[in-house]
Formats: sequence, structure tokens, C-alpha cells
Amino acid sequence: MTSREKHNLRHGLAFCSLWFVGFGVFTIYPVLASLYYSFCDYSVLQQPLWIGIDNYRRMSTDVVFWISLKNTLVFAALSLPAGMIVSLSLALLLNTEVRGMPIFRTIFYLPSVVPIVASALLWLWIFNGQFGILNWALRPILGLFGATPPTWFADPAWAKPALALMSVWGIGNSMVIYLSGLQNVPQELYEAAEIDGANWWRRIWHVTLPLTSPVIYFNLIMGIIGTLQTFTTVFVMTGNADGNPARSTLLYALYLFSTAFYDLRMGYASAMAWILFVLIVALTLLATKLMEKRIHYGG
Amino acid sequence: MPVGIRKIVSANRRICCVLALILVSGLLVPTLLSGADDKVHITYWEKWSGFEADAMRRTVEQFNRSQNKVVVEFLSLSSVDRKALIATAGGDPPDVVGLWAYNVYSFADRDALQPLDDFIRAEPTPSGGQASTPEQWLARYEPVYADMCTYRGRVWAGLSTPSMTALHWNKAMFRAAGLDPERPPRTLAELDAFAEKLTKRDPKTGEVVQLGFLPQEPNWFAWAYPLWFGGQLLDGDKITIGTDPHNLQCYQWVESYTRKYGLDQVRAFSSGFGNFASPQNAFLSGKVAMEFQGVYMNNFIRQFRPGMEYGVTAWPTAAPGLDDFTVADTDLLAIPRGAKHPREAWEFIKFISSANLNAQREDELSGMELVCYLQGKNSPLRQWSPFFEQHHPHPYIGVFRQLARSPHAVHLPKMGIWQEYRRETDTMFDAVRLLAESPEQALAFCQRRISESWSWHRKSLERRSSDIANRPLTRALQTTAVPGLSLMGRGNPDELTPNGKPNVPLTNAPLPLGERVRVRGHEIIAKSP
Repeated sequence: MTSREKHNLRHGLAFCSLWFVGFGVFTIYPVLASLYYSFCDYSVLQQPLWIGIDNYRRMSTDVVFWISLKNTLVFAALSLPAGMIVSLSLALLLNTEVRGMPIFRTIFYLPSVVPIVASALLWLWIFNGQFGILNWALRPILGLFGATPPTWFADPAWAKPALALMSVWGIGNSMVIYLSGLQNVPQELYEAAEIDGANWWRRIWHVTLPLTSPVIYFNLIMGIIGTLQTFTTVFVMTGNADGNPARSTLLYALYLFSTAFYDLRMGYASAMAWILFVLIVALTLLATKLMEKRIHYGG
Repeated sequence: MPVGIRKIVSANRRICCVLALILVSGLLVPTLLSGADDKVHITYWEKWSGFEADAMRRTVEQFNRSQNKVVVEFLSLSSVDRKALIATAGGDPPDVVGLWAYNVYSFADRDALQPLDDFIRAEPTPSGGQASTPEQWLARYEPVYADMCTYRGRVWAGLSTPSMTALHWNKAMFRAAGLDPERPPRTLAELDAFAEKLTKRDPKTGEVVQLGFLPQEPNWFAWAYPLWFGGQLLDGDKITIGTDPHNLQCYQWVESYTRKYGLDQVRAFSSGFGNFASPQNAFLSGKVAMEFQGVYMNNFIRQFRPGMEYGVTAWPTAAPGLDDFTVADTDLLAIPRGAKHPREAWEFIKFISSANLNAQREDELSGMELVCYLQGKNSPLRQWSPFFEQHHPHPYIGVFRQLARSPHAVHLPKMGIWQEYRRETDTMFDAVRLLAESPEQALAFCQRRISESWSWHRKSLERRSSDIANRPLTRALQTTAVPGLSLMGRGNPDELTPNGKPNVPLTNAPLPLGERVRVRGHEIIAKSP
């Protein structure tokens, strides 16, 4: 290495050093500390005491832990496909050449700009069993079949589907990513397919989906991570950390939060966080494995 | 240097000078201002907002005017308990923090608060003696409130403002239903019968449009109902939610309301209830005729339904001999561990725990009475001034005073895992009222779960006490105690007597003596008793 290169390296490292310090102090240290705490009896207020794998052992017999995990997986199974299908469909619609398209794109993106707390409170009223606009619309339709609409968040059976339905509201970001993916599909492929006699559906299936598969994969991974960590909406909508009604909306992150900050069991909560991390990594690897042969990178 | 560049450099220099000046003054001015007087400035974090915060702010100003040594800086914060928790863990807590009662027991178990016993002992007795005992000090409060300040044999907090609950009934709805508006239900059977009479359905659809009473409205008494039925949640060290037969009887009663009016009907009707502090509140909007509510309810009635005709009385008797049942609660003022000015913080707590008992006019009210008057609550003190008693904004304040003296006034169980216990009872209550589980199943689940948590918590306390007792410095201190000296942590009135035993009895506590000796992170000094 020449003296000039050494000089440049020193300067480069000096300019990066702030980031290294920030990353080390605010990311690496807390992550490693939480791993250590997960093996400790730790309440934040006192020194951690090493207890080995007690926290992990207790988790295996903690019924509420399993309830929260089940709730989270059910919620993810409902909201992830719903979000992906709706956002991809919207992106396809917004990719067509219609007058005033920028306005439509803005309108469909707008919900993502609304703060989560505000939209959660808004949806509470939309889902209100007695005065909600949703039931106001559903009542006459279901009335034809002699049925009544559900009371959504007041009914343990309908609370999770309501949450999933609500999560579709915030698909603006993934929609924009799909849109950018769609715009990268070469036009000549559609023209060639059309000449070969492919109809709309075949063009979507054989051209659009394979060529946007990297974007679909990206959104799937981000969706898995996002849904498994859902916290704010359910915390705001149920008004506390109980997962009302009857624990039907007690998602994993909510249980983790109440364990850490209400019950002051930070060690146990850290162990829960690491299990969630392992779960997310496992699901991401599974998704990668399943999509491996279906992802087509262009170029 | 070309003129243009020189101008730019000169302009940049000027900007830099101005920025540096702003920075320096930003750093210096607050420092200079805070040191502008010789008074000790202490910080006080409180959970209230709106008129309740204003009430305390006025009382703080009164304290600041009343003497010339301490200035309390009042800060109203949301989630004050979590913020205090993090600040305490970080070693920079406020000097005084306004907590909910359950926080105090939980924080005390984690060694996050300073007990007040030593401050109390340094106070003169009411008869002019030299040192008050905690019992003498606490005698100023009604017993049910005084008891909430103590835990494991120590005093951890002073009261700020209390609450007391009572049955509130809508007199206009009583009249419309053909009931005597001046005659509230006195027994559980009467409550159920009156509720039935007050319930209305739409003649066409059969939908419920008005209810006489609904156990889940408001939904914060899931834990108290078993006590109302004569049951227990904790017996000594044993969790009894699922083993006490009264509790089963209670939850069967809760279930009976859903069965009586129909699950779908109740669910649809109650989903239309608005927030508590809103005009859509079920009681304020005339959807439910009778509710258990606290003394604070009058503030919301005055705000959202001025002129509403209502009455207030004790909870109807649900178990033989349990007349005048009521649930008491209170906000507490505590000194976090590591507070920089504990003695000045105590002076403030002492001020809030006192009142001018001769007050004849509003401007003569002070301390506790001022804040309670402005917040529209009853005073937890045994003695009230003439003005407070006769001109209180609550028309039924006398009822609450009587209830506070009831031998059947109860408060939440004092335990470090109360938040978890309460969440579990709320969930159990939900499951029963939504007919998702039978009362037997729900109680059994709650019993199992809380017993496990309780034993986990107790194990944690034991583990911690044995850890402290086994530390070399602690062992040395215990074995080489100097006669006539007691050990005291820095700024911490926790004491251990020379023979190594706590100087107050530990009740309900399986904790070995070492638990209260702090070593790590604390300076140990010898202090003459």
C-alpha cells in the first residue's frame, strides 16, 4: 500500500468512524446485550442475574406465549397474501395508460402517509359493530340471507380477520415497489406475446409475474418481517396490552412488550425477541428456498 | 485572495460566530438561570393532563411560594411509569414521581424506590414528640388509603389524590321505568331486578336499545367483583382466584348477564359505547342506567351532560355482611432510587400530605385539599376543613367520605405482579362474558397462570436477595457490624439494624435480611442511629 493509499484509507476510516460508533453503540451492543439478558433474570431496574436457559425453558410451557405465537401466525397467514394480492393488483391497474394516472397513484398511496395511530382509530369506527360504516353497508346485503354482520373487534372470532383486513389499508409502499418492477418489464415481450396470441391472463402469468418475481420476493420477505412484528395497530386498537377481546389479538410483539415494560421481565422478553428473530430467519429461508427456482432476474 | 472569495469567507466567519454565540448562550443561559437562586430545584413527573394537571400545577406553585428553599419543577408526562422506570434504570430519575399504586409495589420489589420510613421518623409526632412512627404518620389518612402506602412493612409513598367508587344511577331513567328515582338497589338481587326493569328492546327488531346494568361497563372491575362477592384473590402467599368458591359464584353472575340478554345483542349494543371520557360514554349518553364509577365521574358529567339527574350510593350488598362495599384507589407520590434531592422531595410529599384544616375560603385551601378540590375528588385525609366539606364541587362528596371509612372498603392486592394478575382477570372476564369459556374453565386457567407467575416472581426475589447476601462486601458488613451504628446507602433511608435484621417487620415477605442492603452502585456509609 502506497503512502497515498494509506493516507486515503486513514481519511476514509476517519469519515466512517462516526457511523461505526453509532452502529456499534446503538445496534451491535443492544443486540448482543439482549442475547446476554435472555439468559438472565433481568428487570431493567437491577443488575442482571445469570439463570442459564430458564427463560427459554419457561417459554416452552407458557400458554400465553403459544397463544400469541399462534395469533401472529394466523394474522400473518391472513394479511400477507391479502396484502400481496391487493397491492400487486392495484399496481397492475395503476400501470395501465389512463388519463390522470398520477392522481390515481397518489390517491392509492395516500393511506400509507396517514400515521398508523390515526388510521387505527379511524378503522375502529369503521369496524364498530353498531355504528360502523362497514356494517351499515353489510347489514342490508346480509339481511337478504337472514344473517347479521359480525361485530368485528368485539368478537374474538372476527378480531384477527378485521386486523388483517385493516392491514391492507397500508399497502401503498409495496404497491409502489410493484409498480416500479412492472415498469421495468420490457414492452417488446408483451408485444411478442400478443403476436403469439396470448390473452391478458397469459401475458400476466408468463411475462409479468416471472419478470417481477424479484420484486414479489422482496415484498414477501419484507411482508413476513413486518407482519410478524406488528405492534402499533393492535396496541392502539385494543387500548392496552391484553389483546382484547379474550386475547384474540394478542400478537407476539404485544406480549413481548407487556412482558418487558409492564411485568418488568426484560430477560424473558429478550428471550422472546431472539425466538422471534430465529422464526423470522427460518421463514425467510423457507420463502427463499420455495421461490429459488421461480425467481427470474433479468439481464 | 480575490475580493469575492474574501467576502464569502468573511460572511461565513460571521455566520460561524453567530452560530457559536447561539450555541454558547444555549448552553450557558439555562445553567445560569437554574443557578440564579440559592434554592434546590427538584423535578416532579406526573401522569395527569388537562384540568387535573392544572390542579397539581397550582398546588406545586403554592408549595413553591410557601417556603424559600425548594423549587418543584412540575412536568406532566404520558406513560409516566415507563418513563420513570427507564430514567431510574439509567440513574437519572426525577426527584418525585406520581405513580399508580400497582407501580409502587412492583417498583419496590425491584428496589427502584426509596422507602420513606426514615424521613417519617425524623418528623415530630402530632403531640409534639421527637420522632414519628410510620403508623403515627399514616394515621392522617383514612385507613384504606394509608394501607396502600405501605408494602412489606415499609412506607413507600405519600398520597396525591384518591378515588373511591360507588354505584351511580340515572334518576331520569329510573323515573321513566317506573322506579323510585330516590331508591337505588341495596342488594345484588335488587340490582338485577332493577336492571331488568330498566332494559328496553326495540319492539320491531327486538334489539337491545337500553340496559339497566352491564358488568363490563365500565370494564375495569373484573378483579374487584370477586371481592364484592366476598371472595379473595390472594390469601397470604397463595393465589386464590380459582379456589375461592365466592369467585366462581361471582363469575357465574357475570355470565348470567350475557345469557339473559343474548351474546349477539349485548355485543352489538355495547360496541356502540364510546370512550369513557366522551359524550358517548354509555352512562352519560343514557345507554346504561346504573354503573360503578369513581368520584371523578362528576367531572365528566359536568363537562358532557351538565344537569344530568343522578345519584350515588354504596355498591349493593352482594354477600351477607358485606354492606357498604366499595373499591378505593389512589395515585401515589414516590421518590425513585437515585433521586438527587430525596430530602427536598420528601418536603414536597409532606406538603401534599397536609392541609389547612381551618380553611374557610377557597384561597385558604392548601396541599392535599387544594389539589383534591380542584380535581373534584374526596380528600384522603381523616380531617377536612370546613370549606372543603361544605363547598366541594361534587354534590355527593359526603357519600364518598363515608365510603372511605367503610370497613368493607377494599383496594387492589399489594403484590409485585399485580399488573399481570389484573390483565389475567380482565382476560378471564372477557372470556366469561363472551361465553368463550365457562367460569370454571376461565378461573382454573387464571389460577394456574398467576400461580406460575407468582412463584416465578418470588423465586426471582429470593434469587436476588441471596445474590446480594452472598456478595463479599455484604458478608463482611454483616459479620463486622459496629455496635450502635446502622448501615445506610447513599441518599437512601433503607436501614439495617446492627444485629443485621431489618428494623421493621417484613410482612408477607419471604425475603432474607440481605435484600435491603444495597451494595453494587451504592456507597455504603456508617451512620449513627
